[in-house]
Amino acid sequence: MLFAAIQWHSFFFLLFALLTCGFALAVVFSSNVVRMAFFLTISLGAAAGLFFLAGAEFVGAMQFMIYVGGTLVLLIFGVMLTAHERFISMKTRAGEWVLAAFLGGGLFLLLVRAALMVPQWNSPNLQRDQVAQSEVHDSAAIGAAVSAYRADGLPSSAAPAGTAASPGKSVYLLPFEIVSVHLLVVLIGAGYLARAKKRTSANAWQA
Amino acid sequence: MDLLTQPVSVSHYMVVGAMLFVCGVICMATKRNALGVLMGIELVLNGANLNFVAFGSRILRNDSLGMDGQLMALFVIVLAAAEAAVALAIALNFYNNHASIDVDQADDLKG
Repeated sequence: MLFAAIQWHSFFFLLFALLTCGFALAVVFSSNVVRMAFFLTISLGAAAGLFFLAGAEFVGAMQFMIYVGGTLVLLIFGVMLTAHERFISMKTRAGEWVLAAFLGGGLFLLLVRAALMVPQWNSPNLQRDQVAQSEVHDSAAIGAAVSAYRADGLPSSAAPAGTAASPGKSVYLLPFEIVSVHLLVVLIGAGYLARAKKRTSANAWQA
Repeated sequence: MDLLTQPVSVSHYMVVGAMLFVCGVICMATKRNALGVLMGIELVLNGANLNFVAFGSRILRNDSLGMDGQLMALFVIVLAAAEAAVALAIALNFYNNHASIDVDQADDLKG
């Protein structure tokens, strides 16, 4: 009886939300940096599941490929390159924990209160079954939006001119180009910064 | 049980995003390992991303942001990758010069 009443969308949301939050907490409370990296991998992977459940398949796939497959591998390389016995497990002082718990608890209460305050955000969308079937070409719409055309801007264009700017009409070509060049410059700069300098690192041990 | 039989709304996503954000802030504040601080930043960015996607989702809300939310989330992911690369390069440089990854030791500027 209860089994039939379960909404499977909500069930999987709950599953991935618990995984995300639980492993995010594990990152905070673990003091071993290798374990922290592993917990972060699971937390971000479960967040990709939440993206899929919200209907953002392309963003979820990118979360997997760029975050879990790229950024975290980079972080794990950093952990391995600096894995000296002293730095694997660094304890935080108790006073700092108390202060952080106070700050974090206050911030969390504030954010949750803000999230639950607006009634439009609280009420679920009742026509979501039609939406889930009509919007399957997600990545094509995103690809169009970073080049020249917004597939989702059509209903708002019916509004008379001169009214407040409606969402979903601007095209993201320029931000996309800026981000591309930015990424290139940043990666060249990072490679330059991280290169091995034998002379200076030998001096630093005496200093 | 109420959560299982009710459809999900935007606030559910926002609560999860708030949890990730707060975990990231605490992580940044308490970790002494520079890479731990970096992981806190990743958590914060992911919490923000979750909110962007939730507001842009047609499934969760009828008059949503539309594609804007997903595009913003993609830009955040790309910028997070760039930020992680630079921060890692700085951390490795610091480790090479000081033979330590403890952020408390980074006081050369006497701040």
